[in-house]
Amino acid sequence: MSLSSVSSPLPGNWAEQPDAAGRFGDFGGRFVPETLMPALYELTEAYERVRQDPTFAAELNDLLRHYVGRPTPLYEAKRLTAHLGGARIFLKREDLAHTGAHKINNALGQGLLAKRMGKTRIIAETGAGQHGVATATAAALLGLECSVFMGSLDIERQALNVIRMKMLGATVEPVESGGRALKDAVNQAIREWVARVADSHYIIGSVIGPHPYPRMVRDFQAVIGREARQQIIEREGRLPEALMACVGAGSNAMGLFHPFLADPVRMVGVEAAGKGAHTDKHALSLGQGRPGVLHGANLYLLQDPDGQVIEAHSIAAGLDYPGVGPEHGFLKDLGRVEYTSATDDEAVAALMLLSRLEGIIPALESAHAIAQATRLAPSLPPDAILLICLSGRGDKDVTQLAGLLED
Amino acid sequence: MSASLNQAFAAAREKNRAAFIPFVSGGFPDPAACADLIRGLDDLGAEVIEVGVPFSDPMADGPVIQASSQRALDQGMTPGRVLEMVAEVAPRLRAALVLMTYYNPVLQTGLAGFARLAASAGVAGVIVPDLPPEEAGPWRRAASDGGLDTIMMAAPTTPASRLPVILDSCRGFLYYVSLTGVTGAGLTIAPQSLERLAGIRAAAGGLPVAVGFGVARPEQAAALASAADGVIVGSALMRPLLEASSTARGLEASLSLAGAINASLERDARPAVHDMGGMA
Ligand SMILES: Cc1ncc(COP(=O)(O)O)c(C=O)c1O
Repeated sequence: MSLSSVSSPLPGNWAEQPDAAGRFGDFGGRFVPETLMPALYELTEAYERVRQDPTFAAELNDLLRHYVGRPTPLYEAKRLTAHLGGARIFLKREDLAHTGAHKINNALGQGLLAKRMGKTRIIAETGAGQHGVATATAAALLGLECSVFMGSLDIERQALNVIRMKMLGATVEPVESGGRALKDAVNQAIREWVARVADSHYIIGSVIGPHPYPRMVRDFQAVIGREARQQIIEREGRLPEALMACVGAGSNAMGLFHPFLADPVRMVGVEAAGKGAHTDKHALSLGQGRPGVLHGANLYLLQDPDGQVIEAHSIAAGLDYPGVGPEHGFLKDLGRVEYTSATDDEAVAALMLLSRLEGIIPALESAHAIAQATRLAPSLPPDAILLICLSGRGDKDVTQLAGLLED
Repeated sequence: MSASLNQAFAAAREKNRAAFIPFVSGGFPDPAACADLIRGLDDLGAEVIEVGVPFSDPMADGPVIQASSQRALDQGMTPGRVLEMVAEVAPRLRAALVLMTYYNPVLQTGLAGFARLAASAGVAGVIVPDLPPEEAGPWRRAASDGGLDTIMMAAPTTPASRLPVILDSCRGFLYYVSLTGVTGAGLTIAPQSLERLAGIRAAAGGLPVAVGFGVARPEQAAALASAADGVIVGSALMRPLLEASSTARGLEASLSLAGAINASLERDARPAVHDMGGMA
């Protein structure tokens, strides 16, 4: 990958993507069973209404401020900067948001919307458990019933979050099909939604799924980028040179990037290379996949020549998904965003580095962005600013990592 | 030589019965047994046989079809191999053959290429459960160029105002989903379902309407036969093959249920429409 070129901003009103059919160029769309189509139209209309409703914005903003703790800080990681030598590194501290990750921004937005739509029950899928916890939290706060689908492999490796969801009153439904991870949890959540579409709203946890989800989730997560943009301008009087975020299905990255798309700012998304890009155990949907239809949208997908979806692998359960949201595919093909990757080992090393230098234990997912920063920062001049989305905290990963410490 | 969908529904009408439309997971339990099952269903008198292309992520399917298609995948089934198996049995079938496939395998094969392969294998129509009319344009053009019908679905959640959009892009027959859920779920046939079905049939004009999802017993099939042009049965026929101690026993059990359901579709043999207290 070339790290030297700074993409120029593209003309056009980025906020107007996607079109009415949910298309970002060729990506996106609505590929779902007929049973769900009326619900998607209903959701699209309901979302359009609340988007223009100042009372909805006021209600959400009030919760984001007093309940989530927004705005989250923009922290200059001076010791990490000094250690790496190069660009000044700023961390957007989504790890400090209530429940410990950016996922709460979307869960609360969709939870409020579900309530306005008269739904009494929430369905969600989860990989790392962060979206499940965020959704269970929103459901508890809003008085909604909540079922979270989670692959049984993820239930094992994210046990802490399973307990949290149960404490919050949610039902955790183990999914035993396929690779027992995030993709399979989404399948089962969609099946459940098909059966319970009358009383249930499905809160997808990332910028995937059929229209209007990729757009709606991006909009709810764009609070990350709006705050970060304002904070860096207030602090430094200028825009950063580069943004960086990990990319699972793509929501924290889309949320950070979107408000900067029209700015002359370089953007780097970091996928999970798992055991290595040359192995078959990775989650490089953008790096090695090709467009295909999964879970209701046309997007970059890991698949075999016949179109069977291939299981992804990452040490970070939240990156363990074989596709990346349609808008990322669009931005990749345009060359507006660069996509690169970090391996399991690199992410673990970055997690330890940030913990020891800054006293911040990042989520394994977010550690992929830190790992890429350790490569990029030294190549940039010392007056450059590199702004990284620290999407979540690592508490959930301690049991998984405990074994590594003993070695 | 396998029939066209027009011929298939005309044959059922002539016999004053609803068309019997069994579903089989392509290549399950193995390609040879699957071919035997298709021939057995044809011998019973099925007017249309639906062959599923196994897919890694069947989001409209319940546990039985998930398991049967996973078993087929585990044995190396691909869209190409399903079509080879179909091409082998098609010449000696009376039934019309329909493929049921998720969209991604079609997309990756290439729309025109997939349509050509399917048509030359003897397939009459294709059902793509995750392809609503809004997204179906490119595939429908490829299908009709290849001489294939594209069968669309309507569901209990479909508002009447949306039906014309669906019917507009639908050829061969309309697939009415009998329940709000995935394949193989528990089906309750309420009088309102039959009224809805009657309304859909009226809206469909001359296009046949077949109904399916969750049909597992002859009484249910008989009740639906009174209100539809065809009855689709999938999970119930795949379940014995998943559960049986041997393939031969599974085939026998599956064909025996198929025989009973097939016999229940004669309209003269149906129970009175309003006498269905025991159906729920
Ligand atoms: C902390 C954290 N970061 C990132 C992700 C990846 O999701 P996305 O790419 O949608 O931001 C997850 C998903 O669970 C997560 O928990």
